[in-house]
Amino acid sequence: MSDMEISGAAGSQFVNIGERTNVTGSARFRDLIKGDDFDTALEVARQQVENGAQIIDVNMDEGMLDSEAAMVRFLNLIAAEPDISRVPVMIDSSKWSVIEAGLKCVQGKAIVNSISLKEGEEPFLELARKIRRYGAATVVMAFDEDGQADTADRKFDICKRSYDLLTANGFPAEDIIFDPNIFAVATGIEEHNDYAIAFIEATKRIRAELPHVHVSGGVSNLSFSFRGNNAVREAMHSAFLLHAIRAGMDMGIVNAGQIMVYDDIPEDLLERIEDVLFNRRDDATDRLLEIADDYRDVGTAAQEKNLEWRDGNVTERLEYALIHGITDFIIEDTENARLEAERPLHVIEGPLMDGMNVVGDLFGAGKMFLPQVVKSARVMKQAVAHLTPFMEAEREASGQASKVNGKILMATVKGDVHDIGKNIVGVVLQCNNYDVVDLGVMVPAEKILRTALEEKADIIGVSGLITPSLDEMVNLAREMKRQDMTLPLLIGGATTSRLHTAVKIAPGYDNPVIHVNDASKAVGVMSNLLSETARDDFVAGIRDEYEAARVKHAGSGRKSKRQTIAGARANKAPIDWSDFVAPVPSFLGTRSFQAYDLNELRDFIDWTPFFRTWELAGKYPDILEDEVVGEAARELFEDAQKMLDRMFAENWLVPRAVVGFWPANAVGDDIAIYDGEENGAKLAMVRTLRQQMMRNNTRPNFALSDFVCPAEAGHTDYVGGFVVTAGPEIDAISERFENKNDDYNAILAKALADRLAEAFAERMHQRVREEFWGYAPDEGLTNAELISEDYRGIRPAPGYPASPDHTEKRTLFDLLDAEAQTGVSLTESFAMWPPSSVSGFYFAHPDARYFGVGKIERDQVEDYARRKGVDLAYAERWLSPNLNYDPAEYVGRDAAE
Amino acid sequence: MIRPQPDIKAALAERILVLDGAMGTEIQALKLESADFHGKHFEGLGNDLTGNNDILNLTAPDAIRDIHISYLEAGADIIATNTFNATTISQADYGMEDYVDVFNVEGARLAREACDDMMARNPDRQCWAAGAIGPTNRTTSISPDVNDPGYRAIDFDTLKDAYKQAARALLSGGVDLFLIETIFDTLNAKCGIFALEELFEETGERRPVMISGTITDMSGRTLTGQTPEAFWNSMRHASPLTIGLNCSLGARDMRPYLVELSRLADTFVCAYPNAGLPNEFGEYDEQAETTAGFVREWAEEGLVNIVGGCCGTTPAHISALHNAVTGLPPRDIPVREPAMRLSGLEPFTVTI
Repeated sequence: MSDMEISGAAGSQFVNIGERTNVTGSARFRDLIKGDDFDTALEVARQQVENGAQIIDVNMDEGMLDSEAAMVRFLNLIAAEPDISRVPVMIDSSKWSVIEAGLKCVQGKAIVNSISLKEGEEPFLELARKIRRYGAATVVMAFDEDGQADTADRKFDICKRSYDLLTANGFPAEDIIFDPNIFAVATGIEEHNDYAIAFIEATKRIRAELPHVHVSGGVSNLSFSFRGNNAVREAMHSAFLLHAIRAGMDMGIVNAGQIMVYDDIPEDLLERIEDVLFNRRDDATDRLLEIADDYRDVGTAAQEKNLEWRDGNVTERLEYALIHGITDFIIEDTENARLEAERPLHVIEGPLMDGMNVVGDLFGAGKMFLPQVVKSARVMKQAVAHLTPFMEAEREASGQASKVNGKILMATVKGDVHDIGKNIVGVVLQCNNYDVVDLGVMVPAEKILRTALEEKADIIGVSGLITPSLDEMVNLAREMKRQDMTLPLLIGGATTSRLHTAVKIAPGYDNPVIHVNDASKAVGVMSNLLSETARDDFVAGIRDEYEAARVKHAGSGRKSKRQTIAGARANKAPIDWSDFVAPVPSFLGTRSFQAYDLNELRDFIDWTPFFRTWELAGKYPDILEDEVVGEAARELFEDAQKMLDRMFAENWLVPRAVVGFWPANAVGDDIAIYDGEENGAKLAMVRTLRQQMMRNNTRPNFALSDFVCPAEAGHTDYVGGFVVTAGPEIDAISERFENKNDDYNAILAKALADRLAEAFAERMHQRVREEFWGYAPDEGLTNAELISEDYRGIRPAPGYPASPDHTEKRTLFDLLDAEAQTGVSLTESFAMWPPSSVSGFYFAHPDARYFGVGKIERDQVEDYARRKGVDLAYAERWLSPNLNYDPAEYVGRDAAE
Repeated sequence: MIRPQPDIKAALAERILVLDGAMGTEIQALKLESADFHGKHFEGLGNDLTGNNDILNLTAPDAIRDIHISYLEAGADIIATNTFNATTISQADYGMEDYVDVFNVEGARLAREACDDMMARNPDRQCWAAGAIGPTNRTTSISPDVNDPGYRAIDFDTLKDAYKQAARALLSGGVDLFLIETIFDTLNAKCGIFALEELFEETGERRPVMISGTITDMSGRTLTGQTPEAFWNSMRHASPLTIGLNCSLGARDMRPYLVELSRLADTFVCAYPNAGLPNEFGEYDEQAETTAGFVREWAEEGLVNIVGGCCGTTPAHISALHNAVTGLPPRDIPVREPAMRLSGLEPFTVTI
């Protein structure tokens, strides 16, 4: 719904403020408070936070209540509930005494709602000063001595006057939220017809002319005339929000359940609503009233489903639900099974495990696929969650523990944030009755080992996606040896390999280290390792296999001959720069994009890697018709489309980006970056690495610096850079699904966010070529052509083959001020957080191409470390996958020389 | 003659300053007896005053002065007054609420004189006396009664007034700075900030304020559940001279939270860890060089502007810290884009 691409300072995410804990907005909450049922009132707050409210509004303004006492009691009770008090509070009252009482109860930085110029400047400033002293932000209403502002001019004038007074008295502009009053439209009173436009116009001016402030409003007022007709109200809210958010409204009290998807508003209704909102015709209200009744039931028609399977007995129903991944009736069916069974455990050991065994057999036989299995696991989890309290009660009575196949501790290693693959393996193991303890991402070795001992895990499994994680795994294995541990260690993740595990990780630890990169293999490995009879043979087999891999590797001429760096430089890419004229970007410096339109990214999604994440092999779109995996792929694709629809409609993600262009010249193998001023100052040196393989053909030894005009050629050239992210929101979204025992959707959401980030990078690169750098204005490529990269220019990322040093990301991020502009940060291993992010440099030269640096020699690494101003050992550590030599062999040798 | 007070901001721009070490464990080491605590002033008073360290400002001033001087000689630039518990709230445990003013005035005077004396003897030294304001033994955010989570043993105004009384006496005793320290409940600290702001307004005299929270365990949160970033968001309105961490943890374990604060805070950063974790006898036995080694790493990585010691640290630790950071550049204050940075237990930022 949002379409807010804004450069520089304006524009931002939309913050939804929960309003269920407001006695004036919720009759239920009012009744609870008046009935002194604070326990249930707390549940209302908890649900609100669980449902994604980022701030909760608390209001106790009710004639029959001691509002101050109610505010204090409720806020004190919230403070004891970490699930609720993790979010900030908006303390909402028309009485200052209530607000102040509330401010004295919160340790966090809260928001006051609200103050205004209603009583004049002195009291206004006095309250603002107190708010500041209590350390809160504030909402300021467009209200002055003459009353509430209703026209755009008056709304803006009052806000401007408030702004000037506040900032002149030391109140930070960024802590001001203006509420320019949303009033009801279509009331039949002519003066009200401009109310929606007035809000939108005032919002535009406030955001443009009053730097750093926010704009908020209570949306439900707008549709007051249509009480009782929720469909029309929802459509009105949705249409209004679209325009208000575009104008710069960035916060609001909006009940997420009371908004219709903008694109779902019937065309006829939308037109008449927008006529009302924009006061486009005199009979707008009448025309909306004419058709309003026809839409009372829009969107509520439930889909009829085929429910024949419900006719079976409870065991059949459970099996059907497990195989088909249907959760709709699972609690009911599980409860029926429990009532029929002697003990709750028998339900698990009986019909549920039987059903999962069928799933396991089908999966093993290649008749079910990973996405379906993960859906089955969701059903299983919810059934087990229902039975757990009964089993615990029984266990307490009898003192027995339940039996699992074994316990694995899983984690993504320190410095790395990628966890989709690890989560899938965890789910598959859980389906097979393994106890999985998941420590999440960025977990230090010491915590992994300590927890493994505390939890009495049988096996440790670690995962990582970026190359520095490989070193972290080597460290972990060594540390396990140092601590005399005996637990087997499983290694997985995109950069890991059987060879790396055999050569680098396994030798550091005397117990089994096994590479498992496939969820479907994980169960076999686990059961072998935990089997008393099969274990020894299995471990010996792996040991022999890895030993053979090591021998083969040692003899394979790992140190295949390289040429000297001087020789490689002499064979650089032959580009004639003598008459070079660089295309000039449309701007220099950076430009940021906040809340980029998700809809624009949908068509840029490359689906093939999405299916690969779920271990479905094949190219999109052919995979949908594949004889073997087609059905699973279609189901998964359909679920993905549904989730994308919701992501877009409900603004789950707020994609952000920053791109930049700077004058640049190559200096040797480096690229000097300048600011855009005349006689520009040097901003940074981008260090690049050169291929050193021997060439017996005409191919050059590439370095990225080859694609930028060298300084000595005397022409200005440019390079660009970018960071895009699908949005940090994905973490909370995924966590919400996990908390509901819904790993399927948790993993699906993350996998889609990854795809959206890639799509965003692709779309940005297209806009760079067509508009921002503009060297290919009429490209007009299809999505397939984009995916196969049939265009001019490249966007290599630090840490990938053409530029394997992850630490160069720091330079890129500093140039772009990326952390502030996009919220994407770098971990100690230079992984990007949030993980659904992509970064890189832009090169525009027609000869620029992707390549792999490959293995490099010590002469280049020494030179590189010197240029970069880092220790040789530091450079070697970050470049270790690319070294054509073993740094250990040089230890002591330098000193002896 | 007393020189004009040196400008601490100018000094902080140039070098890493050193704060003193523990007061409590140094007093313990003196093995004072009940009679020492009572002194002449409270001879024959029935209350048991043993362990009421703040009273020593009045009854055994030489002992406190000696500790201040030993820290200054070890290289401390800033010394904190012996007034950690000198509020009506904390002194109620000893029945000594009526003497809070004098404990603070005397505590401030002892630190002030020690600084002035050091600067008079060593013209190249700059020293500052910081008025220490402890967290008290009450918490405004947590109920002491598990069956009544909405109950509070103290309210905002009562605690604020107690802080204000203590701060007024410290100010009149001549402190250069205030140090709100060992914050386990951010709302208590907000009371302290509010009290100081009222005091500064009433007296027309303003002093820089240092704020120091405590991360109680490896959960990485304050006792009342805030993350370091949420804590900073709750404190930033005070425009403090420093934000930082002390107590609870040794330098090794404090590091990740210090890294986070250092990255976030657009003001100076101060950290003063314990001498490791207590051993099975409750004693701190981390050697001075060990603590100094960790702190040197902080300085080398540009994480800190002021370093010092908390529980278990001694003049030997401060001397080792001083040597460790001398010559290393202070942390640069990062520039952050304006944004509405709210918090509950966790931070929530609304970008612009």
